[in-house]
Amino acid sequence: MKKKVISICCGTGCNASGAGTLFSNLKKKLNNIKDIETEITVKNTGCHGFCEQGPVMVIKPDNIFYRQVRPEDADTIIEKSIKRNEIIEELLYEDPTTGKKIVKEEDIPFYQSQQRLLFGYNGDINPRDINDYIATGGYEALKKVFENMNQEDVIKEVKDSKLRGRGGGGFPTGKKWEAAFLTEEQDKYIICNADEGDPGCFQDRSLIEGNPHLVLEGMIIGAYAVGASKGYIYVRHEYPLAVNNFSHALKQAREYGYIGENILGSGFSFDVKITRGGGAFVCGESSALVASIEGKLGEPRDKYVRNTEQGLWGKPTVLNNVKTWASVPFIINQGAKWFTNIGTKDSTGTMVFSLTGKVNNTGLVEVPMGISLQSLVFDIGGGIKGDKKLKAVQTGGPSGGCIPENKIDIPLDYEKLTEIGSMMGSGGMIVMDESTCMVDVSKYFLNFTQEESCGKCIPCREGGRQLVEILNKITQGEGKEGDLVLIKEVSKTMQRGALCNLGRLAPNPVITTLKYFKNEYLSHIYDKHCPAGVCKDLISYSIIEEECRGCQKCIKSCPVDAISGVKKEPHSLDQEKCTKCGSCYEVCPFDAILVK
Amino acid sequence: MSINTKNVSIKVEEVNKITSKYMGEEPDYIALLQEIQDKFRYLPKDALKICSEKLNIPLSRLYSLATFYSCFSLTPKGKFEIHVCMGTACHVRKAPKMLDKISDHLHIKPGETTKDQNFSLETVNCVGACALGPLITVNGKYRGNLTVNQVDSILKELEEQVE
Repeated sequence: MKKKVISICCGTGCNASGAGTLFSNLKKKLNNIKDIETEITVKNTGCHGFCEQGPVMVIKPDNIFYRQVRPEDADTIIEKSIKRNEIIEELLYEDPTTGKKIVKEEDIPFYQSQQRLLFGYNGDINPRDINDYIATGGYEALKKVFENMNQEDVIKEVKDSKLRGRGGGGFPTGKKWEAAFLTEEQDKYIICNADEGDPGCFQDRSLIEGNPHLVLEGMIIGAYAVGASKGYIYVRHEYPLAVNNFSHALKQAREYGYIGENILGSGFSFDVKITRGGGAFVCGESSALVASIEGKLGEPRDKYVRNTEQGLWGKPTVLNNVKTWASVPFIINQGAKWFTNIGTKDSTGTMVFSLTGKVNNTGLVEVPMGISLQSLVFDIGGGIKGDKKLKAVQTGGPSGGCIPENKIDIPLDYEKLTEIGSMMGSGGMIVMDESTCMVDVSKYFLNFTQEESCGKCIPCREGGRQLVEILNKITQGEGKEGDLVLIKEVSKTMQRGALCNLGRLAPNPVITTLKYFKNEYLSHIYDKHCPAGVCKDLISYSIIEEECRGCQKCIKSCPVDAISGVKKEPHSLDQEKCTKCGSCYEVCPFDAILVK
Repeated sequence: MSINTKNVSIKVEEVNKITSKYMGEEPDYIALLQEIQDKFRYLPKDALKICSEKLNIPLSRLYSLATFYSCFSLTPKGKFEIHVCMGTACHVRKAPKMLDKISDHLHIKPGETTKDQNFSLETVNCVGACALGPLITVNGKYRGNLTVNQVDSILKELEEQVE
């Protein structure tokens, strides 16, 4: 009997646009069909990565890729694609550059340049069914470890793989494990950091939601290597689906004997507990995260003593990011040598980026380290939305920096990114076009880090506040000579004096934008002008008479009745009343609203 | 026995029941507060007092946790909790304007609840659905790909549900 699998992405993005209803519709319809010779399974899986086109589905084994599928398409899909093997043209992805419709998932440019290691199985796995994970070779690495490897062997393999911390710091994972292994303490802990507070980042979440067992298997192997009996996974409280799926995975893994007492008869015991974060960005910092698990305020401490010596409850603790743990089973299964063949010499393996902002193909992208930013944005990302010009790419979240358009050919690895003032971070990548004001962007990030500062040390608490105040003034047209020097001085103090990386890296956005977009700052300060037309106090809206056709859409949308006029005649805008909300600009179909 | 605090009446037995789960050697106070908040949709003062007495920890310690972590609220939330995502992707797609508009419409600032207890407005740093930006969540449900102008109709729709 022929077999077909309809794999529907039910990640948070697709779910929010109706994937859940589509799934149940398909299930219902299939239950009522008897006259068909194919065995059909509908699978709700984790994130497929191509969020921009959601909800997406793939019909296997032919890998027919449908995008923007609506719940009411269920009927047609069954009638045409399942019963009669026909392709539904309207649901196919259309390449924006060539205008051609593409049938198969692997032929879509978005997927072609990717090397999907951690996310590769997402489309085959129902995250709530451990058997799906096992079917993809899951828990084989764990068996291999128990059968053939002692603790030193595992640590050596991870060291040889040159795997580095995927949370952004890039610390060699094997080294960290070794340090914890070599301590004499009996009680040890491991922690999986799934706090992911960076705005614009969702790969950790998608991984736990879509393939929780992969992360868990990595954690169990790590626990065995360092000799830890208990693990914690610290998940953001905004991620309820991740918490649910991981809890479910824990339950199943316990039933199958992969965690708990005497795992697979090896004599090794290990269990994992889920801790929900409290919504504090600083808790992504390792010592703050540890404090938070202990039920304290998430304040970092000075780290002259590392977590691997004294971490959770004062015991040696290994803390790694979700993606780091998820890489481990691959290294064990296929060997360190195989892993070092992916990526560059010092940055091995793949990296998952959340590609967002003004780019055509928003989504999760997994690429070998060392790929150029150019290729990521244009080949995979499909270029800039609305054919606008690329201005900058912001990488590394609020602690990262902005990479200007003329540096877009840099290869993405830990060192290269740091060299030009940005960082890998946890993999957020926000594409900005010419309508983005760089002063406003750095104000946004500084505001964020300042609000999220725990307030324990003065450089971060006060320095951040000062920077925000200066930037506020600049964007309000009250910038003055000397502001830029002051920004640099305060930033230097924060970089040198702050207690943890939140404070030390917080000035990064303003430093890099100042380096690459100084003119924009100068024009705010001296000309009282915002070139991108973003900063409210420096712009005004008006109506271009020649373009206005008098359609009255702007009149209806204006919340303060600042626009008036009769039908089919040019309208006028009262500057006194205008609150610069931009509603008129949004609705005008004729580009008749001028922002100056 | 039940105590009335503002509009929500808390049952002492319910608080006791939750608190008793956290009496071990390494009590997880954050999880305790999360569970209480899940129950009452905020942290009622009397509930915190009960926890403090039962677990024998200073009330100030619970308050410091409740004010440090952004997931906690010391005031009752409205029937509809609106979270506006202020992540970077949403930010560059005009989320601040959307926030202004909602704030104007409801006459409350982020972090506040309307007098009639129907709406609470909050911001969130990122909900991780960046492709749908700008977006808001209403009681946890996502409303994505919004334009500033859609805000009014969404709020009107919710207001009708309240009535």
